[in-house]
Amino acid sequence: MIRVVLPFHLRNLARASGEVELDIAAPVTIGKILDALETKFPVLRGTIRDHGTLKRRAFVRFFACKEDLSLEAPNFELPEAVVKGDEPFLIIGAIAGG
Amino acid sequence: MSKVRVLVGTKKGAFILTADGKRKDWKISGPHFAGWEIYHLKGSAADPKRIYASQSSGWFGQIIQRSDDGGKTWNTPGSSPEELKSPDGFPKGESNKFVYEGEAGTHKWYDGTQHPWEFKRVWHIEPSLTNPDVAYAGVEDAAIFKTTDGGKTWKELPGLRKAKGNLWQPGAGGMAVHTILIDPTNERRIYVAISAGGCFRTDDGGKTWKPITKGLKSNFELPDPDAEVGHCVHRIALHPSKPDVLFMQKHWDVLRTDNAGEKWTEVSGNLPTDFGFPIDVNFNEPETVYVVPITSDSLHYPPDGKLRVFRSKTGGNDWEPLTKGLPQKNCFVNVLRDAMAVDQLDKSGIYFGTTGGQVYYSPNGGNSWSAIAQHLPAVYSVEVQTLK
Repeated sequence: MIRVVLPFHLRNLARASGEVELDIAAPVTIGKILDALETKFPVLRGTIRDHGTLKRRAFVRFFACKEDLSLEAPNFELPEAVVKGDEPFLIIGAIAGG
Repeated sequence: MSKVRVLVGTKKGAFILTADGKRKDWKISGPHFAGWEIYHLKGSAADPKRIYASQSSGWFGQIIQRSDDGGKTWNTPGSSPEELKSPDGFPKGESNKFVYEGEAGTHKWYDGTQHPWEFKRVWHIEPSLTNPDVAYAGVEDAAIFKTTDGGKTWKELPGLRKAKGNLWQPGAGGMAVHTILIDPTNERRIYVAISAGGCFRTDDGGKTWKPITKGLKSNFELPDPDAEVGHCVHRIALHPSKPDVLFMQKHWDVLRTDNAGEKWTEVSGNLPTDFGFPIDVNFNEPETVYVVPITSDSLHYPPDGKLRVFRSKTGGNDWEPLTKGLPQKNCFVNVLRDAMAVDQLDKSGIYFGTTGGQVYYSPNGGNSWSAIAQHLPAVYSVEVQTLK
């Protein structure tokens, strides 16, 4: 199982408690995680990546294993620790504002 | 007995204020959607339990919420627990999908160049007067969308942007369709207002639109006195019994039209300043109009630190200040364009919210005012439902 941590507001929106678990066939990529997440929680469509273009929204960031993966391509394969479920895939609202 | 339900959108969530017809004892629920910007909520006239809300965030974009029980519970349309159990599997979850029809095109940018149309958020939702599943959404960058399935999906009415959309230009607050008025005697006639695009009308249900700006003067922004588009219209309002009469608060100037926008006449009269945002009409008196004068386009607070609503009982020109119960010193809040509303009770109720988080109401047409709430987040919008 792939473990995904959602930011506070998206967790509330999806009415998910704690981490979200997704069953994804190898190879596990950023794009496949987002596809599976949006299938399980349709309400999240358009909140992490834009409708149509599927581009990551400007103030949403992706992290795993202490690495910033936000600028990686959708077909970027996640580290083995994420694939095994030892580490979560983190979706984070960027520190922005004032 | 009648009741009123006041729907308040704020910078940090939605609040619902309720009272019986006496409008003395208020209950406040909220924040709903805590932490999100709620640009607007509005109930359906055809089914008052049906309320639409625009929820948005700079981080996570646009969400549409819908309540079918008067605001007690909310769901994104198409994603309610019942619909998730559908044998067809998961819904598409497209209630927040606002995609411009065809090639998005470009509009005028601050430096005079052309800039691509980009969807940012929904500013205003206007439910149909007769069908609770039909509603219109005014969005930034300026366009109008329509749903016919209770908000599950939205489709642009692209004819609006064909009304010289390439010449529209964002004002300091962005370029949005912020006002949608449906003619209660003819639902195919709809008015919209855009800052700084102007004012437009359709007579065929949204297929084609035409600018209705004759008589507007915007000398500094638009040197061309005959310019059809580009006027910074802040808000328009109509009374259901006289739908061809509209009132307008423009960037500067308060105006009226008696022929559905074919010609506007300035009625600023003796206002201390004719800059402002909201404008509304008393439900029981079609020629009684309310505005909240704001010092200037550079100083978005009331003149002299006095929060005053101005009322004209003659459809404009002659205005009187309404001050009883409102702060008359050291008040430097603003009242935004969608933050004033009127109820439909016999003794007319007038409501408005401020950027300082106060919601004021008058149960007597503006003669005196009280605060329902004083410490909410900045108020973006106020709507009232009169429940009988």
